[in-house]
Amino acid sequence: MSKANTITPRDTVATRSFGTKLKELDWRRYVIYIGFVVVFLFFAVLLRDQGFLSPQNLLNIFRQTATITVIAVGMTYVISCAEIDLSVGSVAGLSSVCTAMALSQWGLVPGILAGLAVGLLVGSINGALVSLLGIPSFLVTLGMLGIAAGVAQWITASAPQPILNDTFNMLFGSGDFGPIPDLVVWSAIFVAIGAVVLNRTRFGRQVLATGGNRNAAEFTGINTKRIKFQVLLISGAVASVAGMLYAGRLQSGRFQWGAGDELSAIAAVILGGTSLFGGFGSIIGTLFGALLIGLINNGLILAGLDSSQQQVVRGAIIILAVALARKK
Amino acid sequence: MNTADNAVEMRSISKSFNGVPVLKDVSFDIRKGEVHALAGGNGAGKSTLMKVLQGVYQADAGEVLIDGKPTLITSIQDAKAAGIGMVFQEFSLVPSLTVAQNIFLAAEPLGSAGLIDDRAAVRRAREVFAEMEVSVDPQAEVSRLGTAYWQLTEIAKALSQNAQVLIMDEPTASLARHESEALFELIDRLKQRGISIIYISHRMDEVYRLADRITILRDGTRLLTEPLANVTPEQIVEGIVGKKIEGGLAYRERVSVAHEGAPLLEVRGLNAGKRVQDVSFSLQPGEILGLAGLMGSGRTELARALFGIDRRDSGDILIRGERASLNSPQQAIDAGIALIPEDRRAQGLVLDHSVRDNLLLPLLGQIKRGPLLDSTKGKDLSSSLIKKFAVKVAHPQRPVRLLSGGNQQKVVIAKWLGTDPDILILDEPTAGVDIGTKSEILEMIRELASAGKAVIVISSEYPELLAVSDRVLVLKDGSVIRDIPRSDIADEEYLQLAVQGV
Repeated sequence: MSKANTITPRDTVATRSFGTKLKELDWRRYVIYIGFVVVFLFFAVLLRDQGFLSPQNLLNIFRQTATITVIAVGMTYVISCAEIDLSVGSVAGLSSVCTAMALSQWGLVPGILAGLAVGLLVGSINGALVSLLGIPSFLVTLGMLGIAAGVAQWITASAPQPILNDTFNMLFGSGDFGPIPDLVVWSAIFVAIGAVVLNRTRFGRQVLATGGNRNAAEFTGINTKRIKFQVLLISGAVASVAGMLYAGRLQSGRFQWGAGDELSAIAAVILGGTSLFGGFGSIIGTLFGALLIGLINNGLILAGLDSSQQQVVRGAIIILAVALARKK
Repeated sequence: MNTADNAVEMRSISKSFNGVPVLKDVSFDIRKGEVHALAGGNGAGKSTLMKVLQGVYQADAGEVLIDGKPTLITSIQDAKAAGIGMVFQEFSLVPSLTVAQNIFLAAEPLGSAGLIDDRAAVRRAREVFAEMEVSVDPQAEVSRLGTAYWQLTEIAKALSQNAQVLIMDEPTASLARHESEALFELIDRLKQRGISIIYISHRMDEVYRLADRITILRDGTRLLTEPLANVTPEQIVEGIVGKKIEGGLAYRERVSVAHEGAPLLEVRGLNAGKRVQDVSFSLQPGEILGLAGLMGSGRTELARALFGIDRRDSGDILIRGERASLNSPQQAIDAGIALIPEDRRAQGLVLDHSVRDNLLLPLLGQIKRGPLLDSTKGKDLSSSLIKKFAVKVAHPQRPVRLLSGGNQQKVVIAKWLGTDPDILILDEPTAGVDIGTKSEILEMIRELASAGKAVIVISSEYPELLAVSDRVLVLKDGSVIRDIPRSDIADEEYLQLAVQGV
């Protein structure tokens, strides 16, 4: 038997050499960064004549991924807590609609508050059903996906709700901070706050503990029901901000905004190395997951593929990346 | 007695569930720096008593005194604040977090701006391990560590919360022998520091090695509390099971089963991976073969290779003289082999499914009517198995999760015996079951052999191996180093020396 498996006093694994640390390094967790670089270089070479590397195009990629990035930050909390939120896309749509309607009625601040209220309301209903009644989040949020989308279509009679408030549009997606589009600023803020809270606060640690071993968390004195409630609340609120970013960028509220985003967001989170079974989450990974998806979309468009072909290639790349990233 | 010497005193605790009394007027105390063994069969009330102390359950009557002061413990947090720590039987760490992160979970040291200071956590974890005089890397992710380290981490977690009383429930259940020894030394050191330990174990040698006093519970009442010097192992066993065990752990010659021609199972030069190297042996009908060896000696791996789970690199397996190709568990089952795995919860049972469904899982072929399953046949078959193996369950439709460890193990054995195998491999068949059920299982093994089956028993408990085996193979680093007939083994010590390779 090797010495490293023995526990004798003042012995054993206290000091591991750099070599063993390197060997133990879980490269699967970093596969997203490798994948990102590989895909980026691939397109950079293949599409050098189509302007892939132009600053304008690169900024475009950031801009197009911003809403997914924001939603995916919230989703990282949900997934690393071993839950799922399928309602985020519909919440974004409903939020864009409510914001637009409240804006035209009552003005800027009530408009923003209305949008946020949508996310907080849906998020707390999801959270309450999951944590208090113990219904699986997959089912609760699947139902909520339909409800939120239906409500958004119903109250607008399927009509787009134009937003004429320039302040709102400038603030949420159509404006710039100096040379940087404000969509990029928004996603940077969400990623930064999301990363710090998940990695460096007790709340974040408790989310990971609840997802990693709920019993252990419970016995350590963590109120896991509250944690589950909170992550779903956060996810709803964050999705409603993403809905307002859609509204500002497209200068209207519409029930279709955000439709299907839940799948892109989940893909971004899983690509980023967060465990689908909970217990481990990486916000920076999620950012790169979202950017990789954006990169692929952009590259395929420049390469001249039509949207049906894009979907096929995108799906294949996601399966490949997740297969590489999975644990043995 | 002066109550101030008691770290914890539980006075006249009673507790019932749905009108069924589980604890009846039980008193229990533990002195500072004492190791107090708590024993009792399944359902005796040990775990309920401990859960009352931990604040998981509230007692219906009675009081708890901590350091001589009456203390109300209504939650796990209360218990922690009162200095009571638990080292769980089912390990309770978050595998995806590091050792230090687990130790300080929900009590993380905070740095500036209220953010978690992981470096401080690592530093403090090192200090705790240094005090325990063990070394564990605080930055290692728990999922990458062996169970011995999980346990050390749990102990460190309790100590970091200033626990004065540690409850250890079967702490050696998943440890190899030398790891257990290291744990015992740690317990001695903790004791010297005035920490009290409530030690729950079925293993007599450990209780005598460690404990100052023992309390035995039976059917929810306290049978006795005595210094260990005043009780014999026989008295303890008798106290636990309520009757004398007649030779449960003593070897008995059985009438040998008539056999002719080729052996039932013959293994020639088997190689499979690193842990099974050039293994040869043969097994006759009616014979019980014990496999002994340290953790990592290849016992489990040999069983896996025989059962077709791990790929065979070379060598032959002959069944009744004919070469058998065992490349999958299905082929092994078809060839008449059954494996009762080591970890019944993870490998042997679908815990949330009913006892009946678990029993029928390998037998679905027997209860088919056309392409569909016949539920009447299923009911009859499962009921007969439950009866035959004396599984104690209120209703066959109850989830297996709710059964005691011993009864779960009976379900696993019954499940595989339903397939009527000729060759039965049991990996640690009595791990974590109480002594009453243990002797029932051992008796079951003897009966199976007498009925003409060939049995391979893997066990880390030498008394158990010696109780049933007709022959013992000693494995070391994947190879057979000794093949000893039972009659040549004088006692446990002889086997112990053989296993150590002396």
